[in-house]
Amino acid sequence: MSLKTNTELLHQQFIHSLNREKRWVRFYQFLIFIVIFAGWEIASRLQWIDPLIFSAPSKVWNLLIVKIQDGSLWLDLSFTLSETVLGFILGTLLGTLLAALLWWSPFLSKILDPYLVILNSMPKVALGPILIVALGPSFTSIVAMGAIISVIITTIVVYTSFREVDPNYIKVLQTFGGTRYQIFKEAILPSSFPVIISTLKVNVGLSWVGVIVGEFLVASKGLGYMIIYGFQVFNFTLVMLSLLIIAVLATIMYQVVELIEKKLIKNN
Amino acid sequence: MEFLKIDDIHHTYFTKTSAVTALSDVSLDVAEGEFVSFLGPSGCGKTTLLSIIAGLIKPTEGLVELEGKKVGTKDNEIGYMLQQDYLFPWKTIEENILLGLKISGSLEKDKIQYAHDLLEKMGLQSVEPLYPKQLSGGMRQRVALVRTLATEPKLLMLDEPFSALDYQTKLNLENLVSNTLKSFGKTAILVTHDIGEAIAMSDRVYLFSPGPGHIHKMFHIPKELRDLTPFHTRNHEAYTDIFQSIWKELESIEPEDKY
Ligand SMILES: Nc1ncnc2c1ncn2[C@@H]1O[C@H](COP(=O)(O)OP(=O)(O)O)[C@@H](O)[C@H]1O
Ligand SMILES: [Mg+2]
Repeated sequence: MSLKTNTELLHQQFIHSLNREKRWVRFYQFLIFIVIFAGWEIASRLQWIDPLIFSAPSKVWNLLIVKIQDGSLWLDLSFTLSETVLGFILGTLLGTLLAALLWWSPFLSKILDPYLVILNSMPKVALGPILIVALGPSFTSIVAMGAIISVIITTIVVYTSFREVDPNYIKVLQTFGGTRYQIFKEAILPSSFPVIISTLKVNVGLSWVGVIVGEFLVASKGLGYMIIYGFQVFNFTLVMLSLLIIAVLATIMYQVVELIEKKLIKNN
Repeated sequence: MEFLKIDDIHHTYFTKTSAVTALSDVSLDVAEGEFVSFLGPSGCGKTTLLSIIAGLIKPTEGLVELEGKKVGTKDNEIGYMLQQDYLFPWKTIEENILLGLKISGSLEKDKIQYAHDLLEKMGLQSVEPLYPKQLSGGMRQRVALVRTLATEPKLLMLDEPFSALDYQTKLNLENLVSNTLKSFGKTAILVTHDIGEAIAMSDRVYLFSPGPGHIHKMFHIPKELRDLTPFHTRNHEAYTDIFQSIWKELESIEPEDKY
Protein backbone atom coordinates (compact mmCIF):
# COMPACT_ATOMS: atom_id res chain seq x y z
CA MET A 1 0.00 0.00 0.00
CA SER A 2 1.37 3.42 -0.92
CA LEU A 3 1.99 6.05 1.72
CA LYS A 4 -0.61 8.35 0.23
CA THR A 5 -3.52 5.95 0.36
CA ASN A 6 -2.45 4.99 3.84
CA THR A 7 -2.67 8.65 5.00
CA GLU A 8 -6.06 8.96 3.35
CA LEU A 9 -7.25 5.85 5.08
CA LEU A 10 -6.06 7.10 8.46
CA HIS A 11 -7.73 10.44 7.85
CA GLN A 12 -11.01 8.73 7.05
CA GLN A 13 -10.74 6.67 10.20
CA PHE A 14 -10.09 9.83 12.14
CA ILE A 15 -13.16 11.56 10.70
CA HIS A 16 -15.17 8.44 11.33
CA SER A 17 -14.20 8.36 15.00
CA LEU A 18 -14.99 12.07 15.33
CA ASN A 19 -18.46 11.48 13.94
CA ARG A 20 -19.01 8.52 16.20
CA GLU A 21 -18.08 10.56 19.23
CA LYS A 22 -20.43 13.34 18.14
CA ARG A 23 -23.31 10.86 17.84
CA TRP A 24 -22.65 9.56 21.35
CA VAL A 25 -22.57 13.12 22.74
CA ARG A 26 -25.96 13.82 21.12
CA PHE A 27 -27.29 10.54 22.42
CA TYR A 28 -26.36 11.27 26.02
CA GLN A 29 -27.67 14.83 25.77
CA PHE A 30 -31.00 13.45 24.56
CA LEU A 31 -30.93 10.79 27.26
CA ILE A 32 -30.48 13.36 30.02
CA PHE A 33 -33.40 15.35 28.61
CA ILE A 34 -35.64 12.27 28.58
CA VAL A 35 -34.56 11.18 32.05
CA ILE A 36 -35.28 14.60 33.54
CA PHE A 37 -38.74 14.95 32.03
CA ALA A 38 -39.74 11.30 32.40
CA GLY A 39 -38.43 11.29 35.98
CA TRP A 40 -40.34 14.46 36.70
CA GLU A 41 -43.56 13.00 35.27
CA ILE A 42 -43.21 9.71 37.13
CA ALA A 43 -42.20 11.28 40.42
CA SER A 44 -45.18 13.58 40.20
CA ARG A 45 -47.68 10.79 39.35
CA LEU A 46 -46.39 8.51 42.10
CA GLN A 47 -46.54 11.43 44.52
CA TRP A 48 -42.80 11.24 45.29
CA ILE A 49 -42.87 14.99 44.89
CA ASP A 50 -45.83 17.19 45.66
CA PRO A 51 -47.68 17.48 42.32
CA LEU A 52 -49.31 20.68 43.53
CA ILE A 53 -45.93 22.42 43.82
CA PHE A 54 -43.86 20.69 41.17
CA SER A 55 -46.64 20.09 38.66
CA ALA A 56 -45.80 17.61 35.87
CA PRO A 57 -44.60 17.81 32.26
CA SER A 58 -47.94 16.53 30.99
CA LYS A 59 -49.84 19.26 32.86
CA VAL A 60 -47.42 21.92 31.63
CA TRP A 61 -47.83 20.63 28.09
CA ASN A 62 -51.62 20.69 28.31
CA LEU A 63 -51.55 24.22 29.67
CA LEU A 64 -49.23 25.22 26.83
CA ILE A 65 -51.72 23.88 24.27
CA VAL A 66 -54.61 25.69 25.97
CA LYS A 67 -52.68 28.96 26.12
CA ILE A 68 -51.61 28.66 22.50
CA GLN A 69 -55.20 28.02 21.44
CA ASP A 70 -56.73 30.92 23.32
CA GLY A 71 -53.90 33.17 22.12
CA SER A 72 -52.95 34.41 25.58
CA LEU A 73 -49.49 32.84 25.44
CA TRP A 74 -48.50 34.88 22.42
CA LEU A 75 -49.56 38.07 24.20
CA ASP A 76 -47.46 37.39 27.31
CA LEU A 77 -44.55 36.09 25.33
CA SER A 78 -44.32 38.97 22.88
CA PHE A 79 -44.73 41.49 25.70
CA THR A 80 -41.83 40.08 27.71
CA LEU A 81 -39.65 39.33 24.72
CA SER A 82 -39.93 42.86 23.35
CA GLU A 83 -39.12 44.29 26.79
CA THR A 84 -36.07 42.08 27.10
CA VAL A 85 -34.73 42.66 23.61
CA LEU A 86 -35.23 46.41 23.96
CA GLY A 87 -33.65 46.49 27.41
CA PHE A 88 -30.77 44.40 26.16
CA ILE A 89 -30.11 46.61 23.13
CA LEU A 90 -30.50 49.81 25.13
CA GLY A 91 -28.22 48.61 27.91
CA THR A 92 -25.49 47.47 25.54
CA LEU A 93 -25.69 50.53 23.28
CA LEU A 94 -25.77 53.03 26.14
CA GLY A 95 -22.94 51.21 27.88
CA THR A 96 -20.78 51.24 24.76
CA LEU A 97 -21.60 54.90 24.09
CA LEU A 98 -20.68 55.82 27.66
CA ALA A 99 -17.45 53.86 27.28
CA ALA A 100 -16.70 55.80 24.08
CA LEU A 101 -17.34 59.07 25.91
CA LEU A 102 -15.00 58.07 28.74
CA TRP A 103 -12.33 57.09 26.19
CA TRP A 104 -12.82 60.40 24.42
CA SER A 105 -12.22 62.41 27.56
CA PRO A 106 -9.74 60.85 29.99
CA PHE A 107 -10.40 63.80 32.28
CA LEU A 108 -14.11 62.98 32.46
CA SER A 109 -13.28 59.33 33.08
CA LYS A 110 -11.13 60.28 36.05
CA ILE A 111 -13.95 62.39 37.46
CA LEU A 112 -16.60 59.71 36.97
CA ASP A 113 -14.49 56.80 38.18
CA PRO A 114 -15.78 56.59 41.79
CA TYR A 115 -19.38 57.00 40.66
CA LEU A 116 -19.03 54.09 38.26
CA VAL A 117 -17.64 51.95 41.06
CA ILE A 118 -20.58 52.85 43.34
CA LEU A 119 -23.18 52.29 40.63
CA ASN A 120 -21.59 49.01 39.65
CA SER A 121 -21.56 47.59 43.17
CA MET A 122 -25.16 48.63 43.73
CA PRO A 123 -27.83 45.91 43.25
CA LYS A 124 -29.62 47.49 40.30
CA VAL A 125 -32.96 45.72 40.85
CA ALA A 126 -33.20 47.65 44.12
CA LEU A 127 -33.75 50.73 41.94
CA GLY A 128 -36.97 49.12 40.65
CA PRO A 129 -39.45 51.00 42.84
CA ILE A 130 -37.82 54.33 42.04
CA LEU A 131 -37.93 53.63 38.30
CA ILE A 132 -41.58 52.70 38.55
CA VAL A 133 -42.43 55.88 40.39
CA ALA A 134 -40.43 57.96 37.93
CA LEU A 135 -41.53 56.32 34.68
CA GLY A 136 -44.92 54.97 35.67
CA PRO A 137 -45.90 51.33 36.15
CA SER A 138 -45.61 50.49 32.48
CA PHE A 139 -43.72 48.90 29.62
CA THR A 140 -41.17 51.77 29.77
CA SER A 141 -40.11 51.18 33.34
CA ILE A 142 -39.71 47.43 32.74
CA VAL A 143 -37.52 48.11 29.70
CA ALA A 144 -35.54 50.55 31.84
CA MET A 145 -35.02 47.78 34.40
CA GLY A 146 -33.74 45.48 31.66
CA ALA A 147 -31.34 48.18 30.48
CA ILE A 148 -30.11 49.60 33.76
CA ILE A 149 -29.02 46.23 35.04
CA SER A 150 -26.44 45.86 32.25
CA VAL A 151 -25.44 49.41 31.35
CA ILE A 152 -22.82 50.10 34.01
CA ILE A 153 -21.02 46.78 33.77
CA THR A 154 -20.99 47.16 29.97
CA THR A 155 -19.48 50.63 30.32
CA ILE A 156 -16.74 49.41 32.63
CA VAL A 157 -15.82 46.30 30.65
CA VAL A 158 -15.89 47.97 27.23
CA TYR A 159 -14.01 51.06 28.46
CA THR A 160 -11.30 48.83 29.91
CA SER A 161 -10.95 47.08 26.57
CA PHE A 162 -10.80 50.45 24.74
CA ARG A 163 -7.89 51.42 26.94
CA GLU A 164 -6.06 48.16 26.47
CA VAL A 165 -5.78 48.53 22.69
CA ASP A 166 -2.11 48.32 21.73
CA PRO A 167 -0.97 51.97 21.50
CA ASN A 168 1.12 51.09 18.45
CA TYR A 169 -2.03 50.73 16.34
CA ILE A 170 -2.88 54.26 17.40
CA LYS A 171 0.65 55.31 16.51
CA VAL A 172 0.25 53.86 13.01
CA LEU A 173 -2.87 55.95 12.49
CA GLN A 174 -1.21 59.03 13.94
CA THR A 175 1.66 58.75 11.47
CA PHE A 176 -0.98 59.04 8.75
CA GLY A 177 -2.40 62.12 10.47
CA GLY A 178 -5.44 60.28 11.86
CA THR A 179 -7.91 62.29 13.96
CA ARG A 180 -9.20 61.06 17.30
CA TYR A 181 -12.44 60.01 15.65
CA GLN A 182 -10.56 58.04 12.97
CA ILE A 183 -8.44 56.38 15.64
CA PHE A 184 -11.62 55.33 17.43
CA LYS A 185 -13.29 54.05 14.30
CA GLU A 186 -10.32 52.25 12.74
CA ALA A 187 -8.51 50.86 15.77
CA ILE A 188 -10.25 51.21 19.14
CA LEU A 189 -13.73 50.00 18.22
CA PRO A 190 -12.87 47.07 15.92
CA SER A 191 -10.20 45.71 18.23
CA SER A 192 -12.75 45.76 21.06
CA PHE A 193 -15.41 43.84 19.14
CA PRO A 194 -14.55 40.52 20.83
CA VAL A 195 -15.01 42.11 24.25
CA ILE A 196 -18.22 43.83 23.21
CA ILE A 197 -19.57 40.50 21.96
CA SER A 198 -18.74 38.75 25.21
CA THR A 199 -20.52 41.50 27.18
CA LEU A 200 -23.49 40.98 24.84
CA LYS A 201 -23.57 37.36 25.95
CA VAL A 202 -23.56 38.36 29.61
CA ASN A 203 -26.17 41.05 28.96
CA VAL A 204 -28.63 38.54 27.52
CA GLY A 205 -28.85 36.92 30.95
CA LEU A 206 -28.82 40.22 32.84
CA SER A 207 -31.63 41.83 30.87
CA TRP A 208 -33.85 38.79 31.50
CA VAL A 209 -33.26 39.25 35.23
CA GLY A 210 -34.12 42.95 35.01
CA VAL A 211 -37.28 42.41 32.99
CA ILE A 212 -38.61 39.51 35.07
CA VAL A 213 -38.06 41.46 38.31
CA GLY A 214 -39.69 44.49 36.67
CA GLU A 215 -42.71 42.40 35.77
CA PHE A 216 -42.87 40.99 39.31
CA LEU A 217 -43.22 44.58 40.47
CA VAL A 218 -45.71 46.11 38.07
CA ALA A 219 -46.93 44.11 35.12
CA SER A 220 -50.38 42.74 34.44
CA LYS A 221 -49.12 40.60 31.60
CA GLY A 222 -45.91 38.93 30.52
CA LEU A 223 -43.95 35.84 31.48
CA GLY A 224 -42.73 37.38 34.76
CA TYR A 225 -46.31 38.23 35.58
CA MET A 226 -47.30 34.63 34.80
CA ILE A 227 -44.78 33.48 37.40
CA ILE A 228 -45.89 35.86 40.13
CA TYR A 229 -49.59 35.27 39.36
CA GLY A 230 -49.17 31.49 39.32
CA PHE A 231 -47.38 31.78 42.65
CA GLN A 232 -50.19 33.87 44.18
CA VAL A 233 -52.99 31.54 43.08
CA PHE A 234 -50.87 28.46 43.73
CA ASN A 235 -50.93 27.39 40.10
CA PHE A 236 -47.42 26.02 39.75
CA THR A 237 -48.11 24.54 36.33
CA LEU A 238 -48.30 28.14 35.14
CA VAL A 239 -45.01 28.97 36.90
CA MET A 240 -43.23 25.98 35.35
CA LEU A 241 -44.57 26.77 31.88
CA SER A 242 -43.31 30.32 32.13
CA LEU A 243 -39.89 29.17 33.37
CA LEU A 244 -39.51 26.71 30.49
CA ILE A 245 -40.51 29.33 27.91
CA ILE A 246 -38.01 31.79 29.39
CA ALA A 247 -35.29 29.16 29.20
CA VAL A 248 -36.06 28.54 25.53
CA LEU A 249 -36.23 32.24 24.62
CA ALA A 250 -33.04 33.15 26.50
CA THR A 251 -31.23 30.33 24.71
CA ILE A 252 -32.46 31.53 21.33
CA MET A 253 -31.31 35.07 22.13
CA TYR A 254 -27.91 33.73 23.09
CA GLN A 255 -27.68 31.84 19.78
CA VAL A 256 -28.56 35.01 17.86
CA VAL A 257 -25.70 36.80 19.63
CA GLU A 258 -23.34 34.00 18.60
CA LEU A 259 -24.54 34.41 15.03
CA ILE A 260 -23.77 38.14 15.19
CA GLU A 261 -20.36 37.25 16.57
CA LYS A 262 -19.58 35.10 13.54
CA LYS A 263 -20.70 37.89 11.20
CA LEU A 264 -18.77 40.63 13.00
CA ILE A 265 -15.48 38.94 13.68
CA LYS A 266 -14.46 37.90 10.23
CA ASN A 267 -10.78 37.29 10.69
CA ASN A 268 -11.09 34.17 12.82
CA MET B 1 19.29 74.18 3.28
CA GLU B 2 19.31 70.55 4.43
CA PHE B 3 16.46 68.21 3.61
CA LEU B 4 16.05 67.02 7.18
CA LYS B 5 17.53 69.04 9.98
CA ILE B 6 17.55 67.81 13.57
CA ASP B 7 18.74 70.55 15.84
CA ASP B 8 19.84 70.07 19.43
CA ILE B 9 17.14 67.65 20.54
CA HIS B 10 16.71 66.83 24.21
CA HIS B 11 13.93 64.62 25.40
CA THR B 12 12.86 63.57 28.87
CA TYR B 13 9.95 61.23 29.62
CA PHE B 14 8.07 62.28 32.73
CA THR B 15 6.08 59.77 34.73
CA LYS B 16 4.67 59.93 38.23
CA THR B 17 7.65 58.15 39.70
CA SER B 18 10.54 59.16 37.45
CA ALA B 19 11.99 61.46 34.83
CA VAL B 20 13.94 59.47 32.22
CA THR B 21 16.15 61.45 29.86
CA ALA B 22 16.04 59.43 26.65
CA LEU B 23 17.90 61.83 24.37
CA SER B 24 20.40 64.54 24.98
CA ASP B 25 22.02 66.99 22.61
CA VAL B 26 21.21 65.22 19.35
CA SER B 27 21.88 67.16 16.15
CA LEU B 28 22.19 65.75 12.66
CA ASP B 29 21.29 66.43 9.05
CA VAL B 30 20.11 64.14 6.29
CA ALA B 31 20.39 65.09 2.63
CA GLU B 32 17.70 64.36 0.08
CA GLY B 33 17.96 60.84 -1.35
CA GLU B 34 20.35 59.77 1.37
CA PHE B 35 20.05 56.52 3.33
CA VAL B 36 21.10 56.90 6.96
CA SER B 37 21.17 54.31 9.74
CA PHE B 38 20.88 54.78 13.49
CA LEU B 39 22.82 52.04 15.22
CA GLY B 40 23.03 51.40 18.92
CA PRO B 41 22.15 49.13 21.81
CA SER B 42 18.52 49.09 22.91
CA GLY B 43 17.41 51.81 25.26
CA CYS B 44 19.55 54.54 23.72
CA GLY B 45 16.57 56.50 22.43
CA LYS B 46 16.39 55.46 18.76
CA THR B 47 12.65 54.85 18.74
CA THR B 48 12.13 58.06 20.68
CA LEU B 49 14.10 60.01 18.08
CA LEU B 50 12.02 58.55 15.24
CA SER B 51 8.81 59.46 17.06
CA ILE B 52 10.10 63.01 17.46
CA ILE B 53 11.05 63.25 13.79
CA ALA B 54 7.60 61.94 12.85
CA GLY B 55 6.03 64.66 14.97
CA LEU B 56 4.34 62.12 17.26
CA ILE B 57 6.15 63.34 20.36
CA LYS B 58 7.10 66.93 21.04
CA PRO B 59 10.71 67.02 22.25
CA THR B 60 11.39 68.76 25.54
CA GLU B 61 13.88 70.89 23.64
CA GLY B 62 15.04 71.28 20.08
CA LEU B 63 13.70 71.49 16.58
CA VAL B 64 13.10 69.16 13.65
CA GLU B 65 12.68 70.66 10.19
CA LEU B 66 11.84 68.92 6.94
CA GLU B 67 12.64 71.14 3.93
CA GLY B 68 12.77 74.13 6.25
CA LYS B 69 9.33 73.52 7.78
CA LYS B 70 8.59 72.25 11.27
CA VAL B 71 7.32 68.68 11.13
CA GLY B 72 3.77 67.67 11.95
CA THR B 73 1.73 64.55 11.27
CA LYS B 74 -0.88 66.35 9.17
CA ASP B 75 1.09 66.66 5.95
CA ASN B 76 1.82 62.95 5.51
CA GLU B 77 5.34 63.79 4.39
CA ILE B 78 6.98 61.27 6.68
CA GLY B 79 6.37 57.54 6.50
CA TYR B 80 7.12 55.69 9.69
CA MET B 81 7.23 51.93 9.89
CA LEU B 82 7.11 50.72 13.47
CA GLN B 83 9.26 48.07 15.09
CA GLN B 84 6.69 45.35 14.31
CA ASP B 85 4.40 45.26 11.31
CA TYR B 86 1.24 46.31 13.23
CA LEU B 87 -1.01 45.33 10.37
CA PHE B 88 -4.61 45.57 11.55
CA PRO B 89 -5.66 41.95 12.05
CA TRP B 90 -9.35 42.66 11.34
CA LYS B 91 -8.58 44.30 8.00
CA THR B 92 -7.69 42.48 4.79
CA ILE B 93 -4.31 43.10 3.18
CA GLU B 94 -5.98 45.41 0.67
CA GLU B 95 -7.66 47.44 3.43
CA ASN B 96 -4.36 47.54 5.28
CA ILE B 97 -2.29 48.92 2.42
CA LEU B 98 -4.94 51.56 1.66
CA LEU B 99 -5.22 52.64 5.30
CA GLY B 100 -2.97 55.70 4.95
CA LEU B 101 -4.85 56.94 1.90
CA LYS B 102 -8.17 56.38 3.64
CA ILE B 103 -7.08 58.29 6.73
CA SER B 104 -5.82 61.24 4.74
CA GLY B 105 -8.96 61.20 2.60
CA SER B 106 -7.09 60.67 -0.64
CA LEU B 107 -8.47 57.36 -1.90
CA GLU B 108 -8.09 58.28 -5.56
CA LYS B 109 -7.94 55.83 -8.40
CA ASP B 110 -4.30 56.37 -9.37
CA LYS B 111 -3.14 56.26 -5.74
CA ILE B 112 -4.99 53.00 -5.13
CA GLN B 113 -3.41 51.61 -8.28
CA TYR B 114 -0.01 52.78 -7.04
CA ALA B 115 -0.47 50.87 -3.78
CA HIS B 116 -1.42 47.71 -5.65
CA ASP B 117 1.59 48.09 -7.96
CA LEU B 118 3.86 48.45 -4.93
CA LEU B 119 2.47 45.25 -3.51
CA GLU B 120 3.27 43.46 -6.72
CA LYS B 121 6.71 45.02 -6.82
CA MET B 122 7.29 43.57 -3.36
CA GLY B 123 6.60 40.15 -4.80
CA LEU B 124 3.15 39.75 -3.29
CA GLN B 125 0.54 38.62 -5.78
CA SER B 126 -3.13 38.00 -5.07
CA VAL B 127 -2.81 38.44 -1.30
CA GLU B 128 -5.28 41.37 -1.24
CA PRO B 129 -8.29 39.43 0.09
CA LEU B 130 -6.27 37.62 2.77
CA TYR B 131 -5.97 38.59 6.43
CA PRO B 132 -2.54 39.39 7.96
CA LYS B 133 -2.35 36.23 10.03
CA GLN B 134 -2.51 34.16 6.85
CA LEU B 135 0.88 35.60 5.81
CA SER B 136 4.39 34.81 7.01
CA GLY B 137 6.45 37.30 9.01
CA GLY B 138 8.44 38.41 5.98
CA MET B 139 5.32 38.90 3.88
CA ARG B 140 3.65 40.93 6.61
CA GLN B 141 6.70 43.13 6.88
CA ARG B 142 6.54 43.78 3.14
CA VAL B 143 2.84 44.62 3.38
CA ALA B 144 3.63 47.05 6.21
CA LEU B 145 6.24 48.67 3.98
CA VAL B 146 3.71 49.01 1.16
CA ARG B 147 1.24 50.58 3.59
CA THR B 148 3.91 53.11 4.58
CA LEU B 149 5.02 53.85 1.01
CA ALA B 150 1.48 54.09 -0.39
CA THR B 151 1.04 57.68 0.81
CA GLU B 152 4.26 58.59 -1.03
CA PRO B 153 6.15 60.08 1.92
CA LYS B 154 9.19 62.24 1.25
CA LEU B 155 11.05 60.68 4.13
CA LEU B 156 10.82 57.05 5.14
CA MET B 157 11.73 55.82 8.60
CA LEU B 158 12.12 52.13 9.43
CA ASP B 159 12.43 51.01 13.04
CA GLU B 160 14.26 47.68 13.21
CA PRO B 161 12.15 46.33 10.36
CA PHE B 162 13.99 43.03 9.97
CA SER B 163 14.81 42.20 13.58
CA ALA B 164 12.06 39.60 14.00
CA LEU B 165 12.80 37.72 10.77
CA ASP B 166 14.93 34.67 10.10
CA TYR B 167 18.34 35.32 8.59
CA GLN B 168 17.58 34.37 5.00
CA THR B 169 14.33 36.34 4.84
CA LYS B 170 16.18 39.25 6.35
CA LEU B 171 18.90 39.23 3.67
CA ASN B 172 16.31 38.99 0.89
CA LEU B 173 14.24 41.82 2.32
CA GLU B 174 17.30 44.03 2.78
CA ASN B 175 17.94 43.68 -0.94
CA LEU B 176 14.34 44.26 -1.90
CA VAL B 177 13.88 47.31 0.32
CA SER B 178 17.20 48.80 -0.68
CA ASN B 179 16.46 48.39 -4.40
CA THR B 180 12.91 49.71 -4.08
CA LEU B 181 13.97 52.79 -2.16
CA LYS B 182 16.86 53.47 -4.51
CA SER B 183 14.60 53.21 -7.54
CA PHE B 184 12.30 55.86 -6.01
CA GLY B 185 15.25 57.97 -4.83
CA LYS B 186 13.69 58.00 -1.36
CA THR B 187 15.35 59.53 1.65
CA ALA B 188 15.37 56.98 4.43
CA ILE B 189 16.36 56.46 8.04
CA LEU B 190 16.86 52.91 9.26
CA VAL B 191 17.11 51.97 12.92
CA THR B 192 18.95 48.76 13.62
CA HIS B 193 21.17 47.06 16.14
CA ASP B 194 22.81 44.93 13.44
CA ILE B 195 26.14 46.42 12.33
CA GLY B 196 26.17 44.42 9.09
CA GLU B 197 22.71 45.62 8.15
CA ALA B 198 23.63 49.24 8.82
CA ILE B 199 26.69 48.97 6.57
CA ALA B 200 24.91 47.04 3.85
CA MET B 201 21.98 49.44 3.56
CA SER B 202 23.27 52.92 4.24
CA ASP B 203 25.35 55.83 3.05
CA ARG B 204 26.07 56.96 6.58
CA VAL B 205 25.77 55.35 10.02
CA TYR B 206 25.16 57.19 13.27
CA LEU B 207 26.27 55.23 16.31
CA PHE B 208 24.23 56.06 19.41
CA SER B 209 25.26 55.40 22.98
CA PRO B 210 22.98 55.22 25.99
CA GLY B 211 22.57 57.01 29.26
CA PRO B 212 21.12 59.43 28.04
CA GLY B 213 21.01 58.63 24.33
CA HIS B 214 23.33 60.73 22.22
CA ILE B 215 25.32 60.46 19.01
CA HIS B 216 28.57 58.71 19.81
CA LYS B 217 30.13 58.75 16.36
CA MET B 218 29.24 59.06 12.70
CA PHE B 219 30.65 56.78 9.98
CA HIS B 220 30.73 57.35 6.22
CA ILE B 221 30.29 54.12 4.30
CA PRO B 222 32.99 53.90 1.58
CA LYS B 223 31.84 54.86 -1.89
CA GLU B 224 32.56 51.40 -3.35
CA LEU B 225 30.11 49.80 -0.90
CA ARG B 226 27.34 52.36 -1.24
CA ASP B 227 26.47 51.49 -4.82
CA LEU B 228 26.31 47.75 -4.22
CA THR B 229 23.24 45.83 -3.20
CA PRO B 230 23.22 44.83 0.50
CA PHE B 231 24.00 41.24 -0.40
CA HIS B 232 27.08 42.14 -2.43
CA THR B 233 28.21 44.67 0.14
CA ARG B 234 28.45 41.91 2.73
CA ASN B 235 30.83 40.02 0.42
CA HIS B 236 33.05 42.98 -0.46
CA GLU B 237 36.55 43.23 1.05
CA ALA B 238 35.99 46.82 2.27
CA TYR B 239 33.04 45.56 4.33
CA THR B 240 35.24 43.88 6.93
CA ASP B 241 37.26 47.02 7.63
CA ILE B 242 34.32 49.26 8.29
CA PHE B 243 32.65 46.48 10.27
CA GLN B 244 35.71 46.21 12.49
CA SER B 245 35.91 49.93 13.20
CA ILE B 246 32.19 50.20 14.06
CA TRP B 247 32.43 47.03 16.15
CA LYS B 248 35.30 48.55 18.18
CA GLU B 249 33.34 51.69 18.90
CA LEU B 250 30.29 49.66 19.88
CA GLU B 251 32.46 47.60 22.25
CA SER B 252 33.71 50.76 23.91
CA ILE B 253 30.18 51.94 24.72
CA GLU B 254 28.80 48.50 25.57
CA PRO B 255 31.48 46.77 27.69
CA GLU B 256 31.71 43.01 27.33
CA ASP B 257 31.29 42.24 31.02
CA LYS B 258 27.64 43.15 30.66
CA TYR B 259 26.86 39.66 29.41
N1 LIG C 1 6.62 56.29 26.94
C1 LIG C 1 7.73 56.25 27.71
N2 LIG C 1 7.67 56.64 29.01
C2 LIG C 1 8.78 56.62 29.80
N3 LIG C 1 9.99 56.22 29.39
C3 LIG C 1 10.13 55.80 28.12
C4 LIG C 1 9.00 55.79 27.21
N4 LIG C 1 9.42 55.34 26.01
C5 LIG C 1 10.74 55.07 26.16
N5 LIG C 1 11.17 55.36 27.41
C6 LIG C 1 12.55 55.23 27.91
O1 LIG C 1 13.40 55.99 27.09
C7 LIG C 1 14.60 55.29 26.80
C8 LIG C 1 14.81 55.14 25.30
O2 LIG C 1 13.83 54.26 24.79
P1 LIG C 1 13.70 53.96 23.23
O3 LIG C 1 13.57 55.25 22.49
O4 LIG C 1 12.60 52.99 23.06
O5 LIG C 1 15.11 53.28 22.89
P2 LIG C 1 15.52 52.28 21.71
O6 LIG C 1 14.51 52.38 20.63
O7 LIG C 1 16.88 52.76 21.30
O8 LIG C 1 15.59 50.92 22.30
C9 LIG C 1 14.53 53.96 27.53
O9 LIG C 1 15.23 54.09 28.75
C10 LIG C 1 13.06 53.80 27.82
O10 LIG C 1 12.85 53.10 29.03
MG1 LIG D 1 13.34 50.83 19.77
